[in-house]
Amino acid sequence: LAHGAGGKATRTLIEAVFLEAFSNPLLAPLADGAVADGLAFTTDAYVVTPLFFPGGDIGDLAVNGTVNDLAMCGARPSYLSAAFVLEEGFPVEDLRRVTASMARAARDAGVPIVTGDTKVVQRGKADGCYITTAGVGTVDPAVRLRASAARPGDAVIVSGPIGEHGVTVMLARGELDIEADLTSDTAPLAGLVACLLDSCGQGQVRCLRDPTRGGVATVLNEIAGASEAAVVLDEDAVPVRPAVRGACELLGIDPLYVACEGRMIAVVDSGAAPAALDALRAHPLGAGAAVIGRIAQDPPGLVLLRTAFGGTRIVDVLVGDPLPRIC
Amino acid sequence: MGACARVEVRVDGIVQGVGFRPFVHRLATGLGLHGVVGNDERGVLIEVEGNPEAVAAFTDAVRHRPPPLASVERVTTRPLPVTGEPGFRIVPSTGRDHGRALISPDVATCDDCLRELFDPADRRHLYPFINCTACGPRFTIVTASPYDRAGTTMAPFAMCPACAAEYHDPSSRRFHAQPVCCPACGPRLRLLVPAGTEDARPPGRWAEVAGDPIAGAANVLRRGGVLAVKGIGGYHLAVRADLEDAVATLRARKRRAERPFAVMTPTLATARHLCTTDPHEERLLTAPQRPIVLLARRHIPSTPRVPEPGLASAQGVRAGDGGDGSACGAEQRSGDVAAAVGPLVDASVAPLIDPSVVTLIAPSVAPCDRMLGVMLPYSPVHHLLLREFPQPIVLTSGNVSDEPIAYLDADALSLLGGLADAFLLHDRAIRTRADDSVVRVVRGREVPVRRSRGHVPRPSPLVRAARRPVLACGAELKHTFCLARGRHALVSQHIGDLENYETLRSFTEGVRHFERLFGIRPEVVAHDPHPEYLSTKYALERGDVQLVAVQHHHAHIASCLTDNGAAGPVIGVAFDGLGYGLDRTLWGGEFLVADLTGFRRAGHLATVPMPGGAAAIRQPWRMAAAYLADLSPSVPDSVRQGPTDGAAHLASISGRFPDGGHRDPADGAAQLTGLSMSFPDIGRRGHAEGNAGTAGLAVRERNAARWDAVTALAARAVNAPLTSSAGRLFDAVAAIAIGRDTVSYEGQAAVELERAAAPGEAGTYPCRIIGAGRAEGPGAGRADGGEEMFVAMGHDLVRAVVDDLGAGAEPGVVAARFHNGVARLIVEGCVRLREQTGLCVVALSGGVFQNARLVAGTTAGLEERGFTVLTHKNVPPNDGGISLGQAAVAAALSHPG
Ligand SMILES: [Fe+3]
Ligand SMILES: [Mg+2]
Ligand SMILES: [Zn+2]
Ligand SMILES: [Zn+2]
Repeated sequence: LAHGAGGKATRTLIEAVFLEAFSNPLLAPLADGAVADGLAFTTDAYVVTPLFFPGGDIGDLAVNGTVNDLAMCGARPSYLSAAFVLEEGFPVEDLRRVTASMARAARDAGVPIVTGDTKVVQRGKADGCYITTAGVGTVDPAVRLRASAARPGDAVIVSGPIGEHGVTVMLARGELDIEADLTSDTAPLAGLVACLLDSCGQGQVRCLRDPTRGGVATVLNEIAGASEAAVVLDEDAVPVRPAVRGACELLGIDPLYVACEGRMIAVVDSGAAPAALDALRAHPLGAGAAVIGRIAQDPPGLVLLRTAFGGTRIVDVLVGDPLPRIC
Repeated sequence: MGACARVEVRVDGIVQGVGFRPFVHRLATGLGLHGVVGNDERGVLIEVEGNPEAVAAFTDAVRHRPPPLASVERVTTRPLPVTGEPGFRIVPSTGRDHGRALISPDVATCDDCLRELFDPADRRHLYPFINCTACGPRFTIVTASPYDRAGTTMAPFAMCPACAAEYHDPSSRRFHAQPVCCPACGPRLRLLVPAGTEDARPPGRWAEVAGDPIAGAANVLRRGGVLAVKGIGGYHLAVRADLEDAVATLRARKRRAERPFAVMTPTLATARHLCTTDPHEERLLTAPQRPIVLLARRHIPSTPRVPEPGLASAQGVRAGDGGDGSACGAEQRSGDVAAAVGPLVDASVAPLIDPSVVTLIAPSVAPCDRMLGVMLPYSPVHHLLLREFPQPIVLTSGNVSDEPIAYLDADALSLLGGLADAFLLHDRAIRTRADDSVVRVVRGREVPVRRSRGHVPRPSPLVRAARRPVLACGAELKHTFCLARGRHALVSQHIGDLENYETLRSFTEGVRHFERLFGIRPEVVAHDPHPEYLSTKYALERGDVQLVAVQHHHAHIASCLTDNGAAGPVIGVAFDGLGYGLDRTLWGGEFLVADLTGFRRAGHLATVPMPGGAAAIRQPWRMAAAYLADLSPSVPDSVRQGPTDGAAHLASISGRFPDGGHRDPADGAAQLTGLSMSFPDIGRRGHAEGNAGTAGLAVRERNAARWDAVTALAARAVNAPLTSSAGRLFDAVAAIAIGRDTVSYEGQAAVELERAAAPGEAGTYPCRIIGAGRAEGPGAGRADGGEEMFVAMGHDLVRAVVDDLGAGAEPGVVAARFHNGVARLIVEGCVRLREQTGLCVVALSGGVFQNARLVAGTTAGLEERGFTVLTHKNVPPNDGGISLGQAAVAAALSHPG
């Protein structure tokens, strides 16, 4: 399990197995998608329990996730493909629900699903329904977004309150009998990205990341590592809805590590930050955007959280499953 | 006569910077011997020539009567040809092989220097930087080796002719005293207050006050102001200890809700006045290390008073009552400071209280505590300040919350600027920060609680020498690291909690400093196997070394063995908060059969889920909920074995715990709006039973809003890792018995439970010990696997606590019986293991053994049954000792077979 939690174990697995086997320069940065010859290309497999949760299901998640991976490359998504692995006995009406929500999500994002595949495996060989989507999009040659491009002084922006998707899914499993006024934040971000890129000058948006697995903390660590710079967050500035904070407190988890599916982190030149923030806030999906921190020179590769006390806590990548460290 | 011999005498140990060469000079000339003495890279090298009997008397004195601060480890001699060269000379230091020589720890001002300090005829009369070869700063001012003036922060101060004469005179107390100085040539004390006028104070600007800085600083204290004082190992914050408003203000500004403050008393007599002291404690109080000694108070104030108005510095600040773990008053901070500074340095204000009638320590100093941390002045600045203001003062590390102590002037001014009304500082830089050491006496034995200033970098001897240089990276909280070479293990100063960036830097930079200073290049790096410890990650990033992962509780036991010069095998009882176990659960109530090279987990407390992971550490009531939900008649069934898949449901959520009390625990509760919960029966074995038995419990009622949700976390194993921790058992009982539901500092619940325990109570609770399972696979370490492993049912103690309270027993009595019950289960576990292994030596380690009541009960019980008990002497039983244990294990493993 440790290899799936989005932490360092996942990365180690990827580096040890896939990077070695498939080694090539486009794969090497391990970004959300690859960009070459003006085209962006990405693929993702979706497994989620439960398949249906407040605010979404595996269907719109699979569309939005891939749309967002393209958007994070600065691409305008063009086409998607979808492949299904279904467990024998998976109810047809559930499949209808999933495909309907995929169609809706694709329409909302303005990206047609143009090809696909379905396999049915024996009962017990899968958990209901898995979906893999791939997408292609076009990238303006002037747009070059890279995690390594963050520079000291840049602003770190989040497009809205964090942690809603992860907490919603966790509670939707129904084991805890906690009902919270929460829905997943799953949404396609290509439109929001277009608004952001339009509002800033060329090169002023350094990089975009969607904080899915491992949450904001993991994405920021990747940016800090790739840029050999520090990310310094302001604890009070990170937007977290009270219901998310309350649930996280109860569950004993930190919202910074909880997955989002409709939020993004943008690193933007400090001069362009006000315009970027205005542009994001003008869009319905970016209404809650906020500057949550800055890129700093020191200490390279680390993410620090300035607490309300003026202390600086290290926000590290998790190696595996979270375990208390207090003796 | 006529016979003549020449002998080379080599002395290893702490023999530099402690007046060793003048001692040798005096000794040799007194015995009529000729020869030379000099420092080299290993220590002191002497050649003496003369009457063979005198030579023998000389080597005997070097061995057995060295200067007080010297620590002679070895004296070796070898005959040399007689040269006939007359006289006795001190020769310049030789050797460029840096750092094999040991550096002395910092030493409190000696009596000779004190006499001069207060002698109007002395040229250093009232000079705050007086020192000699027998006293003064050492480790904290050393910048490079070898230890000479150029390698200290005194390098920028050129000696005046008078000081230089003393420095070069072998008969002087200041011969080669590296920090020697005087008013003509040395550092200068200054008092700073906020710049500007009462109406306009530019923030962050400070102005020097004219006149005597000590008198001005004393007035700041007298008026109830917060004074930042630059000490030996960092900045302290000081207020007079008798004014509740002043102390409460300091608490509010420092954001330290409940953790007790230590006080510095002007004299031993004042300390005796406040606390009972025995000769052992008095010896510690007055020792050259000058630690904080935890003493039993004569008078325990019940609750902090409501602050009264009237003090300039306290206006506008109202600290919380310290009961809810929240810090407060921050918003008023800046205005408050501005309001405070006007009249602070008005030297005409007379002392408000006659020192002879001081009887009280304000309640907020150590709220409701039976103990008080007391230290005596250890630097000339303290002596001068407490002569001007001869009353107990609170003297607490200069930091906010859990940050490391400030030690650089610029940092101190910016970090403490909002906390202090004035700064008493000087221009002798501190190179390395070192907090005050803390110690307590339990059953006539000294138990270190924090080993830092005064002790570092004195080496701990290793039982098995390191064949290759070792760096041990320590744990996470109360962090220390350790460098070892040969038989010497050099444990670092207390570093703190690594999660703070400043602390992590202090660790990584500290390692570099130690490596340079002692010329050690680690080839073996020992670390804790906990994957999330920042010290583990640091270890894994060091290239080109052999890594050795040392299990946390094995390291605890190895540190205790090392403290006692033992190698084992022993029965090791490691009771602490948490450590990463070989089965990936969190251990902490462990019975090991261990030696330095390996261990077998032979028994442990029954596991229980920690609902919410680290949240369960900040909120002991969660542990109460977990234990109570786990209570059932068929107990062995409820002992869940094997690794948790507690995070199996976290596939899409990867949570990191907001550790260390950075967020107010009450915060989350307040923000539960938007959450509604329903609680159907969750169908877990024993759950209904537990609920039935606990329905009326106060702890449950106080936490009713979240009780069932937290119980469900435990039952569903959602972010509820299993632990066998003794610390968590104490937490659960503290919540149930004394209402300690949340904590604002580590170990608070257990500390308060110990404090609450009725002193004379002899009753005890039974606790079953059940043989179950086998020694775990790789966990068997080097010892033979396959032996029976027992489980001690901590649940029984919790049930007894609940029943006893239900029957109307007083919380203090219940707390006492619980302590006695834990002591008894330890004794019984050890008896079992003696039957199994024949071992009759028990080593006690882990933070839980800072609990004096538990140590006393356990030791007495074990000794009654014929065991020999090893406890800590040198490093703390808590995680501050882990690095020494890791180094000892790594060193022992470097030996074949
Ligand atoms: Fe420990
Ligand atoms: Mg993706
Ligand atoms: Zn002295
Ligand atoms: Zn001088």
